[in-house]
Amino acid sequence: MQDFLTAGAILIVGGAAVLVLWRGTRNKQSLSTEAQRVTYETLHTAWSAAPPLRAGLVPDAAKKSARHLRTLLDTPALALTDETEVVAWEGVSDHHSADAMSQAEDVFLTGRTQAFDIGCAEPNCPINCAVVAPLTVEGRVVGTLAAYSREASAGLVRATNQVARWAAGQLELAELDRSRTRLVEAEVRALRAQISPHFIYNSLSAIASYVRTNPERARTLLLDFADFTRYSFRRHGDFTTLAEELKSIDQYLALERARFGERLKVTLQVAPEVLPVTVPFLCLQPLVENAVRHGMEGKVEPGHIQIHAADSGAEAEITIEDDGIGMDPEKLRRTLAGQVDESAGIGLGNIDERLRRVYGDEYGLVVETACGLGTKITVRVPKYHAGINGM
Amino acid sequence: MTSTYAVVAVLGVALGTILVGTYGLRVSRTTSDFYVASRTVSPWWNASAIGGEYLSAASFVGIAGLIFAYGPDMLWFPVGYTAGYLVLLTMVAAPLRRSGAYTLPDFAEARFRSRVVRAVASMLALMIGWLYLLPQFEGAGLTLHTVTGAPDWVGALIVAVVVTVNVMSGGMRSITFVQAFQYWLKLTAITVPIIFLIVAWQSQGAESLTKPEFPTFREDTTVTFQKDTAIHADKPIFINGSGVVDRLTIENAGHFLTSGDHRIGANSQFVFPKGATVPHVHETAHNTNESWSLPLSSNSPFPLYAAYSLIIATFLGTMGLPHVIVRFYTNPNGHAARRTTLIVLGLLSVFYLMPPMYGALGRLYVPELLMTGQTDAVVLVLPSKMIAGVGGELLGALVAGGAFAAFLSTSSGLMVSLAGVLSQDVLRLGGVRGFRMSTVLAGIVPLSMTFVSTGMPVADMVGLAFAVAASSLCPLLLLGIWSSRITTVGAVAGMLAGGLPALTAGLVTMFTDTGDAWYEVLLSRPAAWTVPLGFSVMYVVSLLTPRRVPAGVNRAMVKLHAPENLGLEAGEERT
Repeated sequence: MQDFLTAGAILIVGGAAVLVLWRGTRNKQSLSTEAQRVTYETLHTAWSAAPPLRAGLVPDAAKKSARHLRTLLDTPALALTDETEVVAWEGVSDHHSADAMSQAEDVFLTGRTQAFDIGCAEPNCPINCAVVAPLTVEGRVVGTLAAYSREASAGLVRATNQVARWAAGQLELAELDRSRTRLVEAEVRALRAQISPHFIYNSLSAIASYVRTNPERARTLLLDFADFTRYSFRRHGDFTTLAEELKSIDQYLALERARFGERLKVTLQVAPEVLPVTVPFLCLQPLVENAVRHGMEGKVEPGHIQIHAADSGAEAEITIEDDGIGMDPEKLRRTLAGQVDESAGIGLGNIDERLRRVYGDEYGLVVETACGLGTKITVRVPKYHAGINGM
Repeated sequence: MTSTYAVVAVLGVALGTILVGTYGLRVSRTTSDFYVASRTVSPWWNASAIGGEYLSAASFVGIAGLIFAYGPDMLWFPVGYTAGYLVLLTMVAAPLRRSGAYTLPDFAEARFRSRVVRAVASMLALMIGWLYLLPQFEGAGLTLHTVTGAPDWVGALIVAVVVTVNVMSGGMRSITFVQAFQYWLKLTAITVPIIFLIVAWQSQGAESLTKPEFPTFREDTTVTFQKDTAIHADKPIFINGSGVVDRLTIENAGHFLTSGDHRIGANSQFVFPKGATVPHVHETAHNTNESWSLPLSSNSPFPLYAAYSLIIATFLGTMGLPHVIVRFYTNPNGHAARRTTLIVLGLLSVFYLMPPMYGALGRLYVPELLMTGQTDAVVLVLPSKMIAGVGGELLGALVAGGAFAAFLSTSSGLMVSLAGVLSQDVLRLGGVRGFRMSTVLAGIVPLSMTFVSTGMPVADMVGLAFAVAASSLCPLLLLGIWSSRITTVGAVAGMLAGGLPALTAGLVTMFTDTGDAWYEVLLSRPAAWTVPLGFSVMYVVSLLTPRRVPAGVNRAMVKLHAPENLGLEAGEERT
């Protein structure tokens, strides 16, 4: 029995330690005054409505946000429409939803909030009038928010107007999100198109030099070239596996070795456990290209490039190292911050940005460098991330 | 039994582990012989690695001990440990791999899109891991005690420290090739000795294993009792030595042990005469070798219930073990995951042929373990008892080294997964520092529990970890993969409803003496009632809360079940 108590005690102490550490990462505050409570509740409801609104005016998401918006306005029913149809009806008496578009049309024309007396034949229907407010994004009415109630008081009109303005703000943010995504996608496309003319020219002339002396090697190199370009110009998918990315790097290096010959020494050390890890498309190849460029630039003696991919618990750690001329840390910092659009930097800055966007700020690039001392770039990628592997 | 060779073997294994961990397999390749696609981990390697990580103290020493004491009922342990992979193969392996999850909490989050489901799954994985580490440490203590006579806690401490330091320094992090090597090392360490032992047994006249007699001492045998032991003698015996018998202190003199119950004090040492019937520990059944060899002979009140409960726990528990699941991530796709599992089934089956033979030969050659209760030691002491001289000692050293390898590799695998869970979900500390803190925490809890646990057979303890996994994480995986109706509320309710009773039952059996109470078997073999409880609560609660079905469940189902090469999600991996 004593043993049981001791064991229980150990478990409880262990559990408690875990709990304390867990709680330590959160903090809770109690609300004291009435005003604080009201502010908290209103903002909390608004905050709950925000994430679905960020998805835009699509039926599933609109339905979710309409629920919270109706709580904010405290009306029997609420509708959200886009330019052509009702995307969400929340609350009672949805037989009124059929007329919602005809009321919305007026609002689309005027761009102002309007109250309609719609009346109802059904005895138990709590809806008598509608207040329809426009959702204006960048000066254009993209939809309406309609609050249905027994009577259209001035208070309801004002409140509906405010809620519609707030919701329009969220839609505007959604638009902003979309354009930011488009920007990054455009940058990835730019990266794909960035296979430099020099590289193509150099590769082809290196291959040409083998055609007569070593036709078999020339053939292999041509196939490498074909595979490499096919991968880099691939149209679909933001993500790939580490195995695919490394394969493309392998082909790239084969072509560079054909050009530099014995001067380019490469060591690859890859833990097979990390090969299935999902990584952003083209997140390593540009780094290797940088390493080759920096490692070979202005040197006669051989340049040595090392690529390691190691298993590190729940993460994969990839390092790319060269013993070349290095970079000026200050310049590099500005490049990564996106200030200087330098040719060497576009890859680095773009990759850093994409890694941070996908995995969070703690997964940015880590670059160790100094002038004349080579460069070592470390990329860490979690094996599982809800944003990518999540279903 | 103190053997220099065995000490050397144990130290060699421990040192080798640290060295491999520190220096790693520093094999560099240059591009010329490098081709990535051919270097993904092949199912054979991965299966060997799973075997290496999976065959633990319970498999290496525990099963033989249980069969030695209780007979063929205990064959369900090796059968279940293996068959668990069959269930894993048919129901879980490929969909789990397709989900992209690295750990069980990852799967919970991916499938249910809920931090709460994830948190509960993490907590349970942590508990299961701790429950599984405890017998590894105890097994290490027992092994070291058997080969050197050191106190039990020394071995536990050595394993805990070696593994913690190793995992912290970044070594042994699921290095596939190291773990794969461990499987073949363990297989060698258990197979080579048993071949010699069987030859020895045959050449000594192949005495029948199932004679209708009680086990007897083959020669005058000196037995040391480590702790207070209650024994039962069926026939009177004249013993000789020093110690305490029934509160009577004996100093280097003879004593007549009447038939019936006796208490022998700690640190007593007596010589039992050749040919005498071996007394047995009070708790275990007393069987002639003939009745021992028959099923359902263990004299426990509900043998059939116990057997079924064990079957359920081991068949369904394997998939919920944290260190097994992470291995599947290494497979490149669902197809390879299935192939791997198939090979694992083969490798485990081969290994598990050996321990029962140790158990059976133990009845003839080391029956005194039935009296001291240290039945888990049967694998370790058998070689030196059966084969005299250096040969026997070398075989004993091989077994001891293999056993230590078993503790180290299983503990490493568990420790890495537990540290992962702790750093990601509890401490929320990423990076090297978080991982190191988590590793220490993951090791300290089970290590401190070894000081109080009651010397229950290690395979039984592992069985309890399986029961908890089968009652909580198995419903999550099976229903999560095969039903689109499971809701977040249902998942949490089911995991808790199955897991908490199983966990409580496990702790109660481990740390209290429930004696002969009728409900004893319900607590020591809880799976038969906690597993159905977990499944039904998860399903019924899900049906009651239909609005909480996670969004996008259909897409999730397609991702889990559609073969990758259909290209169903080409271009939208990010969905």
